Amino acid sequence: MATAPTEIKVTPEIAAEHGLTAEEYARVKQILGREPNITELGIFSVMWSEHCSYKSSKVHLKRLPTRGKLVVQGPGENAGVVDIGDGLVAAFKIESHNHPSYVEPFQGATTGVGGILRDIFTMGARPVAVLDSLRFGPIIAGNGISEEEAAKNRRILDGVIRGVANYGNCFGVPTVGGEVGFEPCYSQNPLVNALALGIAKKEDIFFAKAKGSGNPVIYVGAKTGRDGIHGASLLASAEFTEESQQKRPNVQVGDPFTEKLLLEACLEAMQTGAVVAIQDMGAAGLTCSTTEMASRGGTGIEIDLAKVPQRESGMTPYEIMLSESQERMLLVAEDGREREVLDVFKKWGLDAVVVGEVTDGGLLRVRDRGKLAAEIPAHPLAEEGPVYKRPIAQPPLRKETPADWFHFSVEGTNLNENFAKLLGSPAIASKRWITEQYDTSVRTNTLAGPGASDAAVIRIKDPETGMVKRALALATDGNGRWCELNPRVGAMHAVAEAARNVAASGARPMAATNCLNFGSPEKPGVMWQFSEAIDGLTVACNVLGTPITGGNVSFYNETLGKSIYPTPVIGVLGILEDASRVLKIGFREEGDAIVLLDGATSVVGAQHAAPLLGTQREFSSSEYSKTIAGIVAGEPPAIDLGAEKRLQECLVSLAASGAVRSAHDVSDGGIAVTLAESCFAAASQGAKGPLGAKVNLPEEASAAEYALFGERGARAIVSVPPTSLAAVLKTARQCGVTAHQIGQVIVGDAFRIEHKGSAVIDISVGTLYDTWAHSLERTLKG
Amino acid sequence: MKFGVVVFPGSNCDHDAFYAIGNILKKPVEFIWHQSQDLANCDAIVLPGGFAYGDYLRTGAIARFSPVMKSVSKFANGGGMVLGVCNGFQILLEAGLLPGAMMRNSGLRFICRHVHIRVEQTDTPFTNAATKGQILKIPIAHSDGNYTCDEATLAELEKNRQVVFRYTTPDGTDDAAGNPNGSTANIAGICNRERNVAGLMPHPERAVESALDSADGLVIFRSMVEALVGAAKATA
Repeated sequence: MATAPTEIKVTPEIAAEHGLTAEEYARVKQILGREPNITELGIFSVMWSEHCSYKSSKVHLKRLPTRGKLVVQGPGENAGVVDIGDGLVAAFKIESHNHPSYVEPFQGATTGVGGILRDIFTMGARPVAVLDSLRFGPIIAGNGISEEEAAKNRRILDGVIRGVANYGNCFGVPTVGGEVGFEPCYSQNPLVNALALGIAKKEDIFFAKAKGSGNPVIYVGAKTGRDGIHGASLLASAEFTEESQQKRPNVQVGDPFTEKLLLEACLEAMQTGAVVAIQDMGAAGLTCSTTEMASRGGTGIEIDLAKVPQRESGMTPYEIMLSESQERMLLVAEDGREREVLDVFKKWGLDAVVVGEVTDGGLLRVRDRGKLAAEIPAHPLAEEGPVYKRPIAQPPLRKETPADWFHFSVEGTNLNENFAKLLGSPAIASKRWITEQYDTSVRTNTLAGPGASDAAVIRIKDPETGMVKRALALATDGNGRWCELNPRVGAMHAVAEAARNVAASGARPMAATNCLNFGSPEKPGVMWQFSEAIDGLTVACNVLGTPITGGNVSFYNETLGKSIYPTPVIGVLGILEDASRVLKIGFREEGDAIVLLDGATSVVGAQHAAPLLGTQREFSSSEYSKTIAGIVAGEPPAIDLGAEKRLQECLVSLAASGAVRSAHDVSDGGIAVTLAESCFAAASQGAKGPLGAKVNLPEEASAAEYALFGERGARAIVSVPPTSLAAVLKTARQCGVTAHQIGQVIVGDAFRIEHKGSAVIDISVGTLYDTWAHSLERTLKG
Repeated sequence: MKFGVVVFPGSNCDHDAFYAIGNILKKPVEFIWHQSQDLANCDAIVLPGGFAYGDYLRTGAIARFSPVMKSVSKFANGGGMVLGVCNGFQILLEAGLLPGAMMRNSGLRFICRHVHIRVEQTDTPFTNAATKGQILKIPIAHSDGNYTCDEATLAELEKNRQVVFRYTTPDGTDDAAGNPNGSTANIAGICNRERNVAGLMPHPERAVESALDSADGLVIFRSMVEALVGAAKATA
């Protein structure tokens, strides 16, 4: 199909091969008032693909909250934009590149990062940070996973990590955070979601609206080749089959060096004042950028393909319009000032060619050496594509009995061994082996890189003076296992945890971006998951004050009919008013009080989770249950968004007052893992010598394992100098948060947790550290 | 006194070097475009880190042919002060302004983390404000930082005291544990025989503020300032 000549006569069969249904094809003919030619068919097929048109998700996405005091630009542009004070704005967005990363891990990941970076600098913002939310199949054999499968997953992980690293490192943007998760459902369909953040002056923000009839349309950047044709429609908008490896030519190839030049040239060109509008060529390349710019501007665009810089000879209009060659941009300049723009790109050694102009009348008109190759009304093509209210059906409720759930160990059991195993499991173990391959400190803004704080923290240098006042915090989260068990509650947890992470760094959560990874929308069960997740996101974003400013939907994440866990990944952005007040996770001083903050009111949690759910059922969805017993069942912990909000307010206040020395939220692996990680981080975060902890857990539950490893939200551990303890307790009270001193930071190597009067964990920090710090490296280096 | 930071296509630590000199050290600094042969009367030149010309061939192999390098070589041969950081170091090696070559890191992966380096020589314009044996905590971020040279060159380097920085453990031991990339003799940075040209793989410009975990890199820039002040006095 990639070499389809223009002469091919379009038939309903060819339309079907392009992924258009009979109804969609009829609509194409209705819009045109005639049969499309092959180029036009190709254009419709990519614009109306799931990936570009959101035809299955649109009706649900409308429910998401997108407005807020600080939101400058919500969904619909290349990235969301929020006001961060002093005349500056932040542009940020997360996007998936799942399918390409399975077919070709290295190139799939690089082009994922490249695409999201372009979305940011298209807005006129200089990228300052990248985060990656990654999901892979298990990398260790066992529990039904063969060594062959584990080895394949390790190879995919390695390729993706190298790809992410290669692009960001060369481009010169720090990769500062994100998460990595492992579940069997991602073996055939890994998730690669990349988030980028940029900063600009508010008046320098650019939009992708083609304005002004007669204004020249300029193509800039890399030459167009035959790579990535139908990447959006065939790769991203269909599930995998056994033949999917043959789709490797549909994957694009990334060139971070060219992108770096493109960044500098675009920002410089924008400064000339001669640029009217700009859009990157990502999915659906030249087709999407021309159509969307014209549609948004209420204009038409006419281009001549003969002028498009081409890498290969003999390319047809079909191929040029559908190519997804990377590192390209389309911009509209002011008539008569195109020279100023072209000169900037020439200086940076990039192709820049006037390929057409903005027109009245709203038509996308494509010529090939003057000859008409396609003529389509832009607005209907961009905005009046099919919209589906897909059937929704809740799958039958899982029939579970307490026998299917996790069985707690008898009282008094020593849990050292299980604890060490949990700390060494890929999901919880240190990701340093991965994150050290990323340049985390370029641009000298990184106040907290991977693992240093619960969120990545980037300081804001004033673009003109270089002065630093505030900082931005970013965190991503998404627990697919919990969403599989309960998509609505799981989605709420994703928002809550990302926002909690941001608050635990001291920053106030202000806005969110989402990447919704799901199976086939043609399955009513998947659409039910999707709809439930949207409802969960809506409620959580409303309560936590984090409107959704953009993102993307990735459907068809399935292979041979089997869907991934529904995995909405949420990125939350927060602002820290005083950049010097970043909270990190590491304990700092011997003798500091270890305080458990709990947003749930009354005695720590006692009346919260238990009556709603039952600890055994809730615990069966935990990381511990999965790692130790191989049980994934029950329900995610009940969520109390009011409690989350109170806790976050409390953390932000404590950070601003400087009363606490560290903060770390309770999440995967529960309190025990939180405490251990705060000990591990001590050495690299300014503690004079090794620090341990002596803790006595509140008796909120009968089982020690629930108390140690339970993952109920709205909780965080802070360390507090004795002189500030009274002030911290007071702040917590004012915020409606329970603060409970559960122990003390001690000097040395001891790590001891008591529950109901006996030590349930008593082990050296060094032993725990060794398994936590090195297990991933040992697994992956092999 | 004026510093110049060269901008190659693909340089990505140029802004950081500029910021360290201009905003932290508060000394005059300007960018110098790779196609320019005019060094704008700068008294010291910094070749910053990055991926000049994409580094798709061999690090620094293309950059050495850029027009600006003709002037930089002339400047260096005339005694001008030139510091190459990371990619800048690689370019100085390719340009023959410093001896030796870079190979891929021994682990064959990009590494970014804080390392410790020991100041071996203090009679250079890049280390005159440091104390001999001082341990600096500075980040590295590279794929190709495995310094290598033949035995004769190494002997020369040692004899002429041209090894300026060596990787060590935090307590100053220059064994394999302190060597992040397999560099010969734990070499992190060297200077030429005349001591006016130096290169190092770690990024001092990323370690100039305690908010960024370390301000140890400042001593290198302060040394350069002191050397320039001294030189100005000598000619006055």
